[in-house]
Amino acid sequence: MEEPRIGVFVCHCGSNIADTVDVDEVREFASGLPGVASALDYKFMCSEPGQLLIKENIEKLHLNRVVVASCSPRMHEITFRKAVAEAGMNPYLFQMANIREHDSWVHKDGATEKAKALIHAAVERASVLEPLERKEVPVTPTVLIVGAGIAGIQAALNIAESDHKVYLVEREPSVGGRMIQLDKTFPTLDCSSCILTPKMASVGSHPNIELMTYSEVEEVSGYIGNFKVKVRKKPRYVDSELCNGCGLCMEKCPWKTDSEFDMGLGKRKAIYTPFPQAVPNVPVIDTETCVYFKKGTCRACEKLCPTGAIAFDQKEEIVELEVGAIIVATGYDLFDPSPITQYGYKRLDNVITSLEFERMCSATGPTGGELVLKDGSTPQSVAIIHCVGSRDKNYYEYCSRVCCMYALKYSHLIKEKTEADVYQLYIDMRCYGKGFEEFYQRLSDEGVNFVRGKVAQVTDQAINDEEKGKLVLVSEDTLLGRMVRIPVDMVILCPAMVPRADVEEVARRFLISRGADGFFLEKHPKLEPVATASAGVFVVGCAQGPKDIPDTVAQASAGAAEALSLIDRGTVEVEAATAVVNEEICSGCKICLNLCPYNAIAFDEEKKVAEINDILCKGCGVCVAACPSAAITGRHFTDKQIFAEIEGLLADIKLPLVAV
Amino acid sequence: MVSGNYEPTIVGFLCNWCAYQGADLAGTARMEYPPNVRPVRVMCTGRIDPTFILKAFAEGADGVLVGGCHPGDCHYLEGNYKAIRRITMVRRMLEQFGIEPERFRLEWVSASEGAKWAKVVKEMTEQVRALGPLQWWENVREAQDAESVALGSAEGRR
Repeated sequence: MEEPRIGVFVCHCGSNIADTVDVDEVREFASGLPGVASALDYKFMCSEPGQLLIKENIEKLHLNRVVVASCSPRMHEITFRKAVAEAGMNPYLFQMANIREHDSWVHKDGATEKAKALIHAAVERASVLEPLERKEVPVTPTVLIVGAGIAGIQAALNIAESDHKVYLVEREPSVGGRMIQLDKTFPTLDCSSCILTPKMASVGSHPNIELMTYSEVEEVSGYIGNFKVKVRKKPRYVDSELCNGCGLCMEKCPWKTDSEFDMGLGKRKAIYTPFPQAVPNVPVIDTETCVYFKKGTCRACEKLCPTGAIAFDQKEEIVELEVGAIIVATGYDLFDPSPITQYGYKRLDNVITSLEFERMCSATGPTGGELVLKDGSTPQSVAIIHCVGSRDKNYYEYCSRVCCMYALKYSHLIKEKTEADVYQLYIDMRCYGKGFEEFYQRLSDEGVNFVRGKVAQVTDQAINDEEKGKLVLVSEDTLLGRMVRIPVDMVILCPAMVPRADVEEVARRFLISRGADGFFLEKHPKLEPVATASAGVFVVGCAQGPKDIPDTVAQASAGAAEALSLIDRGTVEVEAATAVVNEEICSGCKICLNLCPYNAIAFDEEKKVAEINDILCKGCGVCVAACPSAAITGRHFTDKQIFAEIEGLLADIKLPLVAV
Repeated sequence: MVSGNYEPTIVGFLCNWCAYQGADLAGTARMEYPPNVRPVRVMCTGRIDPTFILKAFAEGADGVLVGGCHPGDCHYLEGNYKAIRRITMVRRMLEQFGIEPERFRLEWVSASEGAKWAKVVKEMTEQVRALGPLQWWENVREAQDAESVALGSAEGRR
């Protein structure tokens, strides 16, 4: 190997590093390290002139290794690898020292000393780095989208319109997600289904979209550009080819149960579509409710179906797909407020959640759009409680972002449908979006009562005649500085938007991380808001965190653009930092074979040695550490490189001279 | 030996996907913590060869901290489980080398747990500071002496 000629570049990052780390001292220190040909510092290494400085010095001083001491490699490793490559250096001969996130931003004293240690480690490591070549593999030009709410629908249409194939997988019998459950949307008050159903119809009929409803992703394997996905199609017991959607079966089916779509407020049949505009307009049979499945008799639907579409013998099916990119758009659940017992949900009549209110307002909902109390009468007064479970350290610390606005929308809808007095019990009104503040002003003018305070209790225990037969809200009014009791007929809770119940399982299936709030974690909160730690897997919509419809749609289109730019390229570079077996040393013990989580290691029966497929290998290094003969090398993280790094890291420590 | 302003040096082996990112987040959120832990990035805790840990101690580290993804959250599916098994062995080895168990720590820090990373570093630094510098040769010698005395031939050998 040629003698290392290392260039060290210390970044000030404006004042981010330079304020805490003595950059001059560190640069001087670096220039004296073994193998260092030049050490320079610059205000912003990542800037165009900063990169140029690196490139010029590579050429001028014939540098064959570069160390940049700046931010986290997760931030700019790609930037600098590209810069050195442009100057003709192999990008794997570049090393970063993280003296910002791991140093200047977190230490007051000792940051300069630590920076020196980190740079020394990087220099030692750099001198033993080896060049690697990245392989290009072809990309399957298709995209899998998981979840067909507004996010999944939007992304699917964007991609399909570009003439690429999309597999859209939805767990429920119909597309539409949460948005189709809503009645009106804020702040424009346009009808949710009126704006969504055309898009739903488009995904149902688009030649480039293969819609798989009532289906779930079972297994994901492979890697960026070449994923293999197993989808489990649950049996509908209705032949989608034959069914013409006439609805006679649903009309005649004698068996009923609570409608999940109507949040249990209404009933549906055992054979059903969740709502009239369902896409596809093909019902499913719920085997829990259908008496034929329970007792073997009835078959009314089968007898009456004019096209003979009922198929009781349908079996579940596993479909295997090959896709280049995956977009996860699995949405959110609404927090069940019953644990907050003081609000009386499920204990007191006429305490309902926001989604229940949405269904009640819907013209196709259980009450035909009428706002009614449990006894069928019209409420004279309604209270809306904000932040139920959100902004609450006992439950969810974050703000659910949409509740203030939909609560305002509810005030308008209640006023439109009834003569009722409306009370908003809020902590802070957060009306930050386009047209939101104007909507708030408009509602204030419509005579809504705003009470600032966190409700302590909802009770049916009256203390005077006025409160008799009412639900009484006990709350502090922080603007008046006193406790208030507000008797009303109906209470609407605005529960937190929370991650789906099976979020953990789904995160594991797609190998994506979750944030402290439980939602899927994006790669970078600002600059890579839809990418994830798994290359080729994107996350959009409320699966990533609470957001309103415009933000969801924007993010979905962002996800579509990311997926398109990946699959449209034709090829993708795969990890070069993979593991490799030295056949001369391998003893053929096969220990590594069972350890590999990707089945990338095969055994060559003829040579009696292990062999690693470097397309399947993701470079975790588990086999490297396990090999008892040290026959496996983890490229870019070799024992030699890590040892060198440790030596550099601790070079300032004086070891006592001891006799062995 | 322990001077008033003794500062321990601890090597941290952090997996790229969770602990390293958690430490990055602590930085982005400007959570202050002691500068005693010096991180080495590895792709997965499953890559951590026991020799890495011994190497760090041999080079003068007073403590070693391993940070990985929470069980079940490994970016490579199960690398952290393999790390757990190996680390059980490491603990026993360290004991045999006369290195106090408190000098070694394994922690799960997710990419969103910047605060946890800061807390772990604080705790670990205090813990190792309390132990003082690693004098494992002396510990080994003491152990040998004790053994020699037990054998009744301490004088004879020297």
